[in-house]
Amino acid sequence: MPRAGSNVSLAERAYRIRRHAVRMGEVQGQGYVGQALGVADVLAVAYFHALRYRPDDTQWEGRDRFLLSIGHYAIALYAALIEAGVLPEEELETYGTDDSRMPMSGMAAYTPGMEITGGSLGHGLGIAVGMCLGLKRKQSDSFVYNLLSDGELGEGSTWEAAMSAAHHKLDNLIAIVDFNNQQADGQSTATLSSEPVTDKFEAFGWHAQRVDGNDIEAVRAAFDIAKALKEPRPRVIVCDTLMAKGVPFLEARDITHFIRVEPHEWALALEALEKGRPQ
Amino acid sequence: MRLSKFAPRQAIKAGERKTTSAMIASIAADGVATRNAPFGHTLARLAHRRPGIVGLTADLAKYTDLHVFAQEHPDRFYQMGMAEQVLMSAAAGLAREGFTPFATTYAVFASRRAYDFICMAIAEENLDVKIVCALPGLTTGYGPSHQATEDIAIFRGLPNLTIIDPCDALDVEQATEAITDHKGPVYMRLLRGKVPVVLDSYGYQFQIGKARLLRHGSDVLFISSGLMTMRVLEAAKALEADRIGCAVMHVPTIKPLDAEAIRTAARQSGRMVVVAENHTIIGGLGEGVAALLMREGVTQVFRQIALPDEFLDAGALPTLHDRYGISTAEIVRRIREWTE
Ligand SMILES: Cc1ncc(C[n+]2csc(CCOP(=O)(O)OP(=O)(O)O)c2C)c(N)n1
Ligand SMILES: [Mg+2]
Repeated sequence: MPRAGSNVSLAERAYRIRRHAVRMGEVQGQGYVGQALGVADVLAVAYFHALRYRPDDTQWEGRDRFLLSIGHYAIALYAALIEAGVLPEEELETYGTDDSRMPMSGMAAYTPGMEITGGSLGHGLGIAVGMCLGLKRKQSDSFVYNLLSDGELGEGSTWEAAMSAAHHKLDNLIAIVDFNNQQADGQSTATLSSEPVTDKFEAFGWHAQRVDGNDIEAVRAAFDIAKALKEPRPRVIVCDTLMAKGVPFLEARDITHFIRVEPHEWALALEALEKGRPQ
Repeated sequence: MRLSKFAPRQAIKAGERKTTSAMIASIAADGVATRNAPFGHTLARLAHRRPGIVGLTADLAKYTDLHVFAQEHPDRFYQMGMAEQVLMSAAAGLAREGFTPFATTYAVFASRRAYDFICMAIAEENLDVKIVCALPGLTTGYGPSHQATEDIAIFRGLPNLTIIDPCDALDVEQATEAITDHKGPVYMRLLRGKVPVVLDSYGYQFQIGKARLLRHGSDVLFISSGLMTMRVLEAAKALEADRIGCAVMHVPTIKPLDAEAIRTAARQSGRMVVVAENHTIIGGLGEGVAALLMREGVTQVFRQIALPDEFLDAGALPTLHDRYGISTAEIVRRIREWTE
């Protein structure tokens, strides 16, 4: 575990991840900050509680693999990678600019710590199946995590992979669904409902949990259960999250897939975060 | 060449930053008149007199201008969610029941994810499905996941399918109407949002399968489609200063190609033929025209302006258009080079 013995709380990590993300949004004047703010608590638990990795060696064979299939969530993962010490904080100034290592959509060839190229949604879980098979062949005890979105549950490929993972008894696979009830055209439950999500995964042979994804303790407990489970099954943690969490004036806004933030509001968003900073 | 991901980058000063164009890519040059959502408005209008028209999307109504249709005809709109394969299968099913479905998504997802469904459920049965896709070629800075650089190469091999690559708002409007009247499957590349209007000053009328000579010139014959027609028209104007006369032939129907018009124009002796397309150099309009001219025994000097056979970078669209040679300035530079 990186930063072992660090006494920085997970809540503080989540706060900093949010702050990095908002600062990146400010650089471009846009970005999927709503998603980043919503998923920050999940990423804090993943990177500062659950995952095994070396910040200075992202190719380390013994690492847990974290696959971001939702390419547009890259801003959130960059924020977590900055906080984890994989990317230098100053570099967030380059976010989304020409030749940056942090393009708007996450790609493996650009960023250390970005395991796969996302963006074409519905790829992550299938790649995770193959990596889990490969790790087992190598007798590795590493886990493969795949962060996917509620929108991705619409893709048939996700469910092909889900069936495959159960069939191959991939107990080294932990899927995390960021259920923010949002996708491009509107609420995901109104666009193409995937409910009841945990029942579906269970019917496919998975161990499924559903938690409040903005409750750090609940998320931590769910990761612990998923990792410790002895059953030969893949695991999924469905995390209900709130878009724009932590910035009340954005939370209250008519939420859309691509939240508009006015130029003067970035500073206000940073202030709002600071106000909610854990003591 | 992409830089190594292990080499840290310098922070960039605020004034020097270029923002990555988001999903709403603007391809309009400064000062050009635009029209909003030409596809959505035209389809909504047509639907009043064509009760068979229905609209389907895979979670991209807002991003393909289909939301305009959905607002005006909510009972004829089907939100399929982010599921491009069932989008195409269901469109096929609706067509079987006698409706005229317009199915929208991004060009990458139709051509890559849903190809087999378009091939077997729609094209093989010659069904009346209109596939209308935003972000054709290089019109977003998001990288290969969103850049449909080979959609035409993928679709050109598909029998029965008509392929349309409109240039501006006028073209989009007229093509939308024409493909509605056309029986059979169509793939149309879409320019969405605020779309430039440029063809109005050329007395232009879209017709399926017809190429149009927009401009005369004795040194170069540009043959182009899509937004590249806009670009070569600008380049042709700029090249007047160099006394390089450029003719422009707009070919909005990539398949079937207007062999007659292309052959006739290309035969005019002493003109270099330059095909310009917003697409990889492989398998698009350029290769289509080249094969046609070879078959017909027309052997002019032949050049292509097209995207390279590479996965393209992420970044700001103007940067990328320069980098990959499809900006007006780059076209002008290369024509000067080739005509030296
Ligand atoms: C295969 C595929 N289809 C469509 C898209 C276009 N798209 C980008 S994000 C998005 C919404 C996906 O849902 P989700 O990830 O839940 O969205 P969010 O929570 O970020 O609003 C869509 C349809 C895509 N990137 N990939
Ligand atoms: Mg979502």
